[in-house]
Amino acid sequence: MALDKAAVAHIASLARIRLAEAELEPLAGELSHILDWVEQLNEVNTTGVPPMASTAAARLPMREDEVSDGGRRDDILGNAPRPARGFFTVPKVVE
Amino acid sequence: MSDRSLLALNLAEARAGLTRKAFSARELAIAYNDAVEGTKPLNAYITPTPERALAMADAADQRLARGEALPLDGIPIAVKDLFCTKGILTTAGSHILDGFLPPYESTVTDKLWRAGAVMLGKANLDEFAMGSSNTTSWYGPVENPWRRPGDNRPLVPGGSSGGSAAAVAARAALAAIGTDTGGSIRQPASFCGIVGLKPTYGRCSRWGVVAYASSLDHPGPMGRTVRDVAMMLGAMAGHDRRDSTSAPVEVRDFEAALTGDIKGLRVGIPREYRVDGMPGEIEALWLQGVDWLRAAGGEPVEISLPMTKYALPTYYIIAPAEASSNLARYDGVRFGLRVEGDSLDEMYELTRAAGFGAEVRRRVLIGTYVLSAGYYDAYYLKAQRVRSLIARDFATAFERVDCILTPTAPSAAFAIGENSDDPIAMYLNDVFTVPANLAGVPAISVPAGLSSDGLPLGLQITGRAFDEETVLRVAEVLESAAQFRHLPSFVAEGRG
Repeated sequence: MALDKAAVAHIASLARIRLAEAELEPLAGELSHILDWVEQLNEVNTTGVPPMASTAAARLPMREDEVSDGGRRDDILGNAPRPARGFFTVPKVVE
Repeated sequence: MSDRSLLALNLAEARAGLTRKAFSARELAIAYNDAVEGTKPLNAYITPTPERALAMADAADQRLARGEALPLDGIPIAVKDLFCTKGILTTAGSHILDGFLPPYESTVTDKLWRAGAVMLGKANLDEFAMGSSNTTSWYGPVENPWRRPGDNRPLVPGGSSGGSAAAVAARAALAAIGTDTGGSIRQPASFCGIVGLKPTYGRCSRWGVVAYASSLDHPGPMGRTVRDVAMMLGAMAGHDRRDSTSAPVEVRDFEAALTGDIKGLRVGIPREYRVDGMPGEIEALWLQGVDWLRAAGGEPVEISLPMTKYALPTYYIIAPAEASSNLARYDGVRFGLRVEGDSLDEMYELTRAAGFGAEVRRRVLIGTYVLSAGYYDAYYLKAQRVRSLIARDFATAFERVDCILTPTAPSAAFAIGENSDDPIAMYLNDVFTVPANLAGVPAISVPAGLSSDGLPLGLQITGRAFDEETVLRVAEVLESAAQFRHLPSFVAEGRG
């Protein structure tokens, strides 16, 4: 799969990574190269083979839905770049 | 004892010395703190914690004096800076985690401290554990303490647990912990001439480990000997209800598995591991390993793992896909770096552009692409189906054999800067290690010999899920036969 500059710009916007115009061309080359290489998987017949998401037990263990932790607001906000009055803050999103 | 002779002890010897009070945990910690300082040019540590080490050593000395010694009391170790350590800078080797002080302790480190181990510091790594050379760290590359004789160019320690491996090899840590997503414990162990074990998936909790690819990430021990690694694993392993993929499997005495007896054990030799371009000396070392195990009573059996060549491309779809999801949390809101923008999206985009290095960006972009609408089935689902076949290869093989012997890596350590132009050339380092991550089975690298240019080479033993005991037992037999006694050109010597 050959990705062009526009495709790379689209993927980068989905991934929320700002790329400079000058970075698009080289990245298009690198990513296309990697995709070409992984496409060798198309040689493998996987008809009827189930996808494997994990080698751990297929069923997640269940437990009682009880509160086991909490009341740690200050701990959680302790690493926030700009906490205010007990909240995380972000740029204004509503006009 | 002099610092120099203290640093020369392996973990088992140090534990014996502490128990019979030949030296104190404080003396050992001081010797290692000095060694950490003395090996600074290697850049193996991002954050040394010498005061913490002394305080932990003093607590160990008190328990030793009362005759209440814990299994790893007073043993100084390095912690890959991917494990969250409460109140101590945790970076994942990334700019985007600037200043992050975890408010909690990872399960594995918590278990080690409860077993009496002493923290020397946080070891350098590839950014978010993405790399095979420890050159992608925001904190700069790690140097391998080994050099080619007569050649002064610095070599990579391997990656991503390169700081952990370099510290153990240079005697700036008695043992270390790392994580292995595609070979990140075993390949640096091979490059630095130490032992590194990737346990079974679910054996050691991932809780509190900065996530790269959750279905492939495995915490594990690194050390100077197989016994040292077995002792570390005993303290690290066990079920953790905070990690839903942690296995409720009994932790047995791994040291007791080291009986030296492999009579009648069937050792699989997979023909697909003879890859193009592998140096003849690595194939020769592999054959030597077969002979060693045969001489000890093992029965070599030729086997086939037909999906081997597809493991790397499978990995390079699944791991970036999981990474793109896991790394979505780095957005400038809750922790780490924040670059202000006029809108929320702009803040996200500027923060992530500034905070992620080139390899991390590449993998996040690949992962985003293979999970995006229209491509999910063709790439991600396809890779997950091939993963099933890779796991089946191992299941089939383990019906006939008890373990599998292969080389750990297709080369010895290379110079810093080599293999950096082509991402795929770098990815090929993990060709022999990635399959065990996809299948979740345990695998260990043991130093087995030197390359023609004087660098360590490892052999790998892979076993059945939750059968670390056989893996360790065979590894120790290999270790005894190989008698690898070489030291790197740069080791901490201590003061007097």
